[in-house]
Amino acid sequence: MTERKDGPSRRRVLKGAAAGLVTAGVAPTIITSAYAQEYRNKPTGDSVTLGFNVPQTGSYADEGADELRAFELAVEHLNGEGDGGMLNTMQPSSLTGNGILGKKVAYVTGDTQTKSDAARASAKRMIEKDGALMISGGSSSGVAIAVQGLCQEMGTIFMAGLTHSNDTTGKDKRRYGFRHFFNAYMSGAALGPVLGEEYGTDRRAYHLTADYTWGWTQEESMKNATEALGWETVETVKTPVGAGDFSQYITPVLNSGADVLILNHYGRDMVNSLTQAVQFGLRDRQANGKDFQIVVPLFSRLMAQGAGDNIKGILGSTNWNWSLQDAGSQAFVKSFGAKYGFPPSMAAHTCYVQTLLYADACERAGSFYPPDVIRALEGHKFDGMGNGATEYRAEDHQCFKDVLVVRGSENPTSQFDLLNVVKQVPRSQVEYDASIFGGELGPYEVSM
Amino acid sequence: MDAIFLQFLNGLDKGGAYALIALGLTLVFGTLGVVNFAHGALFMLGAFCAVTLRKILTMQKVVLDEENLTAWGTPTEIRTTYVETWFGDFGTQLVNYSVPLAILLAIPVMLVVGVVMERGLIKHFYRRPHAEQILVTFGLAIVLQEIIKHYFGANPIPQPMPSNLAGAADIGVMMGMDPNIIVYPWWRLVYFAFSVIVIGAVFAFLQFTTFGMVVRAGMADRETVGLIGIDIDKRFTAMFGLAAVVAGVAGVMYTPLLPPDYHLGMDFLVLTFVVVVVGGMGSLPGAVLAGFMLGILQSFASMTEIKAIIPGIDQIIIYLVAVIILLVRPRGLLGRKGVMES
Repeated sequence: MTERKDGPSRRRVLKGAAAGLVTAGVAPTIITSAYAQEYRNKPTGDSVTLGFNVPQTGSYADEGADELRAFELAVEHLNGEGDGGMLNTMQPSSLTGNGILGKKVAYVTGDTQTKSDAARASAKRMIEKDGALMISGGSSSGVAIAVQGLCQEMGTIFMAGLTHSNDTTGKDKRRYGFRHFFNAYMSGAALGPVLGEEYGTDRRAYHLTADYTWGWTQEESMKNATEALGWETVETVKTPVGAGDFSQYITPVLNSGADVLILNHYGRDMVNSLTQAVQFGLRDRQANGKDFQIVVPLFSRLMAQGAGDNIKGILGSTNWNWSLQDAGSQAFVKSFGAKYGFPPSMAAHTCYVQTLLYADACERAGSFYPPDVIRALEGHKFDGMGNGATEYRAEDHQCFKDVLVVRGSENPTSQFDLLNVVKQVPRSQVEYDASIFGGELGPYEVSM
Repeated sequence: MDAIFLQFLNGLDKGGAYALIALGLTLVFGTLGVVNFAHGALFMLGAFCAVTLRKILTMQKVVLDEENLTAWGTPTEIRTTYVETWFGDFGTQLVNYSVPLAILLAIPVMLVVGVVMERGLIKHFYRRPHAEQILVTFGLAIVLQEIIKHYFGANPIPQPMPSNLAGAADIGVMMGMDPNIIVYPWWRLVYFAFSVIVIGAVFAFLQFTTFGMVVRAGMADRETVGLIGIDIDKRFTAMFGLAAVVAGVAGVMYTPLLPPDYHLGMDFLVLTFVVVVVGGMGSLPGAVLAGFMLGILQSFASMTEIKAIIPGIDQIIIYLVAVIILLVRPRGLLGRKGVMES
């Protein structure tokens, strides 16, 4: 009996299978890696350019100027200049003060004008003409959402500045967009219990709300939080952005049966509506047998200056305050104060932190390749940058950390002592399921 | 009923501001024939006269406390206000009344600003088309607001009213009602009274003085007045200065109601132009009438009951009314034939 030798031998089958596996598995990886190294604004020289898009003109120009100061400080620290600030407190950290991946950090700036179209145009200019690898900054949710959309299309990472609307990391979230700042939901979740403790559970609230994305989500969040306490919502009134004189919206509050006015306003609108509400005697008023109260869900120290004495005793929430005593906050305040002569705002803090987080993610990824940097940021846990232990949640790119409930200082000890921290609300109390606000992050890979 | 009365009061003080600015605009247009888009900026400059005076009155002596350091390691500052140190209680009252006192600063400053603006720029555009006047004055307004932003920043700067006028008046009690039914801020009532006095003074000046009589004659027939040997140009320049003063003092007194920032003038500019057009170009009584009328209508349109029927009406009411009035009366409420019709 003769054994057949003309069929495929076991060895040949194994060799073929192995070759097939290698072709099917490894080769695409090689091809992808080769392709992946080609991305927009890949740094080729000895420096890397970041784009800082802040309001340099318009109503938020002072806030934008503070953001820019923070960005400059962050760049200094990344390049090994100055005292290092939060590079000394950030944990874990891959930053050494030697730029990013050995490349010196340079930057260009753009002016958002707090207008979506202008912000997109300046971001596009920085990406296309100046070679910016990352865009950061801004003082408005409308702007953040617009720029984030552009960055997704262009494959450029966007580290948002001050944006508080739930939509930024909710229905409008993007794979290339990341927000360190807290949001309206967190303000409501943090403020709610404190309002209950301070003002009781039997209250009737009247909302005046800025008529745009941030105002709507802020109102919804505050409404949900206060109604969960047992408060009744008497009325929700939308006011035009930049109304100036709010008297015609405040007078109906007087005899509405409400005993709390919630001002879902920010910036000039907050300054004006709060000032005018106090002038109408709301804070000296009694309603339903109780002292009338005013609540401002989102406070900013820079804006509080505009409201003057009217802010005294008013409760609100904030992302960060320079009076925090943790090592990270103190290091940042020391660096910023020594350089500029006054403490940083919360907008400055979030922009500074965002720049360092991006740089750290590049170091950990070992690459500037955006999808790798995104993966390094997603789910990243860190500490030592103010507000305690923090996580960049992978599902929606929202940072989760402690939230501050603050009250306007009754007896300020300096011109900067405008807000007192009432409570540092733990992160667990402000967390929520990422799915409740919907939205899709989108792909990692985008065509150039 | 109380809600309607409160909105009526709102309309009066809002209308007072519209009327004061529109009055100045109409004076300039009626005398010089210039469409002055920088007029809102004059309102803003007046407001910053109040800011400047308060900054002067609250200038502080700074002593460094080397023993107490700030969070960033520099000595803390101990600040004392010079005026209060020098004049005691009188100094405190000066600071307290800084807004009304600023009128004394605003009158000469705005007069000079108005005259310089007219002699230095506006006079070169008398015989140019209105479109060019609008462009150049709008450009001037932007320059002025950027200068203010450079020196004072972009944020609003609060200007407290005198402490004894800071509360709200219980008008309901004055009318025999229960307390807290109709309360209205004292300063808004003061502003309304102030606007009525200023408007009355301007009309009295034009009606009962020889200077005013000549100006009115010049507004009616410039050439004839010139032919009898009167230098009407100088008087019209003075009227431009007067219009600037009216806008300026209106801005000063408005600062406690709306913390001023560089953009304040632009917030009012478009609205007051609508007021002037609705009142009738060149008609002083028309500007005042339209100012108060549109102020009151805007307030009523903001009522929840009205907005429930027509959502968003509060944001378009002024323009809607303007369209209707101009369709029915193309020259505005009290406009005269021939004005801007050549």
